[in-house]
Amino acid sequence: MERIVYHPSGDTIAAVSTPQAPGAIGIVRISGPRAREVAGRVFVSAHGKSLDGIRGYTALYGKVRDAGGDIDEAIALNFRAPASFTGEDVVELSCHGGLYVMRRLLKAVLEAGAVAAGPGEFTRRAFLNGKMGLTEAESVMQMVCAQGEQAAKTALAGRGGILERRIRAVRDRLTGAAAHLAAWADYPEDDIPQVTGEELDGALTATKSDLETLLRQFEAGRAIREGVETAIAGRPNVGKSTLMNLLAGCERSIVTQYAGTTRDVVEDTVVLGGVPLRLADTAGIRRTENPVESIGVDRAQRKIRTAQLVLAVFDGSQELDADDRMLLDELAGTPCIAVVNKSDLPQKINLKYIKSKIKRIVIISAVSGTGLDELRDAVQDVLETAKLDPSQGILFTERQRDAARRALDCVNEALDALKSGMTFDAVTVSIEAAVQVLLELTGERATEAVVDSVFRHFCVGK
Amino acid sequence: MNYSAGKIDVAVVGAGHAGIEAALASARLGCRTAVFTINLDAVGNCPCNPSIGGTAKGHLVREIDALGGEMGRTTDECFIQSRMLNRGKGPAVHSLRAQIDRREYGKIMKHKLELQENLLLKQAEVVDVSRGENGAWNVATRMGAVYEAKAVIFATGPYLSGKIFVGEVSYESGPDGMFPAAYLTGSLKKLGIRLRRFKTGTPARVLRSSIDFGGLEVQKGDDPVVPFSYDTRTPGKNRAVCYVTWTNEKTKKIILDNLNRSQLFTGGITGIGPRYCPSIETKILRFPDKKRHQFFIEPCGLDTEEMYLQGMSTSLPEDVQIAFYRTIPGLEHVEIMRTAYAIEYDCADPLQLSATLEFKDFPGLYGAGQFNGSSGYEEAAAQGLVAGINAALKILGREPMILDRAGSYIGTLVDDLITKGTEEPYRMMTSRSEYRLVLRQDNADERLTPVGRRVGLIFDDRWERFREKEAQKKEELARVRNTILPPAKALNELLVSHETSPVSSGVRLAELIRRPELNYGILSPVDAGRPELPAAVFENVEIELKYEGYIKRQKAQIAEMRRLENRRLPADLDYAKMTGLRREAQEKLQRIRPASVGQASRISGVSPADISVLLIWLGKGEGKAV
Repeated sequence: MERIVYHPSGDTIAAVSTPQAPGAIGIVRISGPRAREVAGRVFVSAHGKSLDGIRGYTALYGKVRDAGGDIDEAIALNFRAPASFTGEDVVELSCHGGLYVMRRLLKAVLEAGAVAAGPGEFTRRAFLNGKMGLTEAESVMQMVCAQGEQAAKTALAGRGGILERRIRAVRDRLTGAAAHLAAWADYPEDDIPQVTGEELDGALTATKSDLETLLRQFEAGRAIREGVETAIAGRPNVGKSTLMNLLAGCERSIVTQYAGTTRDVVEDTVVLGGVPLRLADTAGIRRTENPVESIGVDRAQRKIRTAQLVLAVFDGSQELDADDRMLLDELAGTPCIAVVNKSDLPQKINLKYIKSKIKRIVIISAVSGTGLDELRDAVQDVLETAKLDPSQGILFTERQRDAARRALDCVNEALDALKSGMTFDAVTVSIEAAVQVLLELTGERATEAVVDSVFRHFCVGK
Repeated sequence: MNYSAGKIDVAVVGAGHAGIEAALASARLGCRTAVFTINLDAVGNCPCNPSIGGTAKGHLVREIDALGGEMGRTTDECFIQSRMLNRGKGPAVHSLRAQIDRREYGKIMKHKLELQENLLLKQAEVVDVSRGENGAWNVATRMGAVYEAKAVIFATGPYLSGKIFVGEVSYESGPDGMFPAAYLTGSLKKLGIRLRRFKTGTPARVLRSSIDFGGLEVQKGDDPVVPFSYDTRTPGKNRAVCYVTWTNEKTKKIILDNLNRSQLFTGGITGIGPRYCPSIETKILRFPDKKRHQFFIEPCGLDTEEMYLQGMSTSLPEDVQIAFYRTIPGLEHVEIMRTAYAIEYDCADPLQLSATLEFKDFPGLYGAGQFNGSSGYEEAAAQGLVAGINAALKILGREPMILDRAGSYIGTLVDDLITKGTEEPYRMMTSRSEYRLVLRQDNADERLTPVGRRVGLIFDDRWERFREKEAQKKEELARVRNTILPPAKALNELLVSHETSPVSSGVRLAELIRRPELNYGILSPVDAGRPELPAAVFENVEIELKYEGYIKRQKAQIAEMRRLENRRLPADLDYAKMTGLRREAQEKLQRIRPASVGQASRISGVSPADISVLLIWLGKGEGKAV
């Protein structure tokens, strides 16, 4: 049988396929029918050989260059269709991975006739050429996007089918109830045991709890994967910027001893206990007449309200003042940790009062760096990431989360129907809807939603 | 010697439940139709249970009637007991079932065929179907008559190479001692139609006077009777009762001791039987812990003493049958009039068919009923109607009638058969429909009568009555939505007496009807402005209100399903060239050639990932294979 290689747009595409960060080696990947031709225009072999003349899985050493001259030394790795990641002809040009070098090389490759690859396009071509299945493709996308080690582990667990087993267990309970209902309805004269409200209620309540756990763990998983919007809050000069710098490991905010120095929201991402925290060092919250500072305070308050985690910083060497108390009141209902700073100085703060407002308190010295371990533990606790064992299988895409949520809605609806005394055929409809959604979650049923998600992931139809 | 018997439009092979509906539909749509049956005395025969309807099957009969078919009307004319099953389990699973006078049923149907314009009913065995000129088919009978037909509908039931088994005894036969159709199989194989062998069975018929009804539980019909047909304005009365009894340990022992004498277990029977309608020996083997099995004793008619033992079909030898039937309370001295038997027959793999029930590779050939792998009179009639209508529409050069899963059980039945195929005789069940709260037996007319009207089987008077009923429903819905009852003492006393909360301000009548504790009947004393309307209208309005939220949800699901259904797949797609499809999916798609992405997604072995690949190929439209 003739195998046709699928080039979704017919183009030869290229992109930097190593992280956009300084690294030892950077790779520009070129894929498509003209991959060797394009590569040949920027790459010159040290021994005068051409890419066309060598076999697949073979490398050449040489230089890459553009109109401005040599860019860098390079290795050109040649893959011939269909034996490549995408199933197309692929050339990978590896250089020393400076950002500048990579950008210049990509520019040269694009000028030589390649088109910049869209997001996920290599994976999409691989998928279309039968190099990987849908769920696998989904988790490859996830791995590519993974920010930390634990996120990658979670994605890997998704590939191993652990999540599917877990969902299947939830689904089997519902299917059991639905099967009993079906037999009871379809064989009224076959002396099938009566379906009881208690039996259904038991199955539904257990399912509800399983789904809620899965959804909670999704939030924890997402914290690990995508990071958490974290606001560092506190009245001026309690050491917010020092804490931020401590966490970030370098000076980022302007630190002075004058209250009100940070007038804007400064952002940075740090990884603490495996969780990427997208830190926003907010202006100190205090009542102020200074118009510039008050804009900063407004922004800070907004930031606190939208943050997924707040690190509320207090000065342990001072009594709580009105601004501190205002902050504590404002934090009600927000996931937060009270960070009592300046443990190196004599302590005057009323910890009991803070404890009455915020459950989790950590005492640190941002200057000396003590208490950082406790802060890490507290973060993992509050975000429930410590308990999260990715090898149990967790929901890891928005699509899966959405499906689990819809399944939970159906289960709640079935419980409501039971409670209000609706006939069991109505309950059945909700139970079956939940089963269908769970089938969709594991990719065992095609729906518009699944298909849409594919189109989104693979940018098809643009 | 063969002779030319002339040209006809549609030839229907078989005059059972499928053949009858096919022939009547085709003739009523104006096509010259001939129906061939091996024995004219077997037209509309019910060789198994003497009843029509039941769970999901009752829905099918209602739908057949709503489209302009005959089964519902005839059942109403000859039923002897009628029951609505599953009352109390919810409106989605309410199912009508009627015990019928089986001889009367066949007689009425035969007469309707005889009276039908454009229709010729003939006693003849069709032995050969072959390609004729200009796409026509030559249909030859055993007497040598050759008809040239534009379409042929196979409705062969269990006659096609039928073989009966009773213990060690087996012989070639149709049901009820009729001749089998012994030659047609070879002709179909020669054409290249893929056939398989299925099996079914029936219990004994026993003499009424040999039964002691003393200790048996009596099962009566409903009062008032709900008719099947929307044409039946004054339903008849119940004229018979049924009885319930149970097998016991002694029955079980005799059956288990004699399994080696059933060809089901010794390998003589190779056909696949229905899981959903098992023989008593299969039930005992499958549920070894069950000490007893319930079954029913049903009259076969008013002017016969034959009684049917519903739930006791068997292929054990006659002496074993007598022995184990006689272990049962009430049957200690039972005399068998017709022995129970298993029957094997040839049928076609329905994956060869399209949604019109036409063979994809043989334009003009159609299948219906057991020929397509189904089981049951109602399933057969439903397919006969679909095949008959579509054969006629094609000949008339009109658009086909395609029923989808969201609109009817008939559509679900056809879609299951042609998309998933079946590995055993297929029986309809309410659980096979994902849209149960929408596909109810009370609204079959609302769903399908407009379709029947477009096709041309719903005539003016019926159409007018349908429109009137729809208008009444609409008006009544508006009335209960707009009627506000004040919080009067009488109302609140009524509410409290039905254990639902009293009201402190005015309340809409519709809101009260919605409460699970209440219904139309209960509210009648406080509903002064209620108009005189048929009971069916109140029932329909009540269900629409009580289940409004669920119905809305199902309608949303239907809309989503139809989106995938509307993505049509060209018939000549070359799936083999679509890289990315898994091999199993490629093979199945290539073989079944689904009409839409929706249908493709229901094929077992085609995963959502395959569907995605398919959509991407289609979406791009520039892949070289498309």
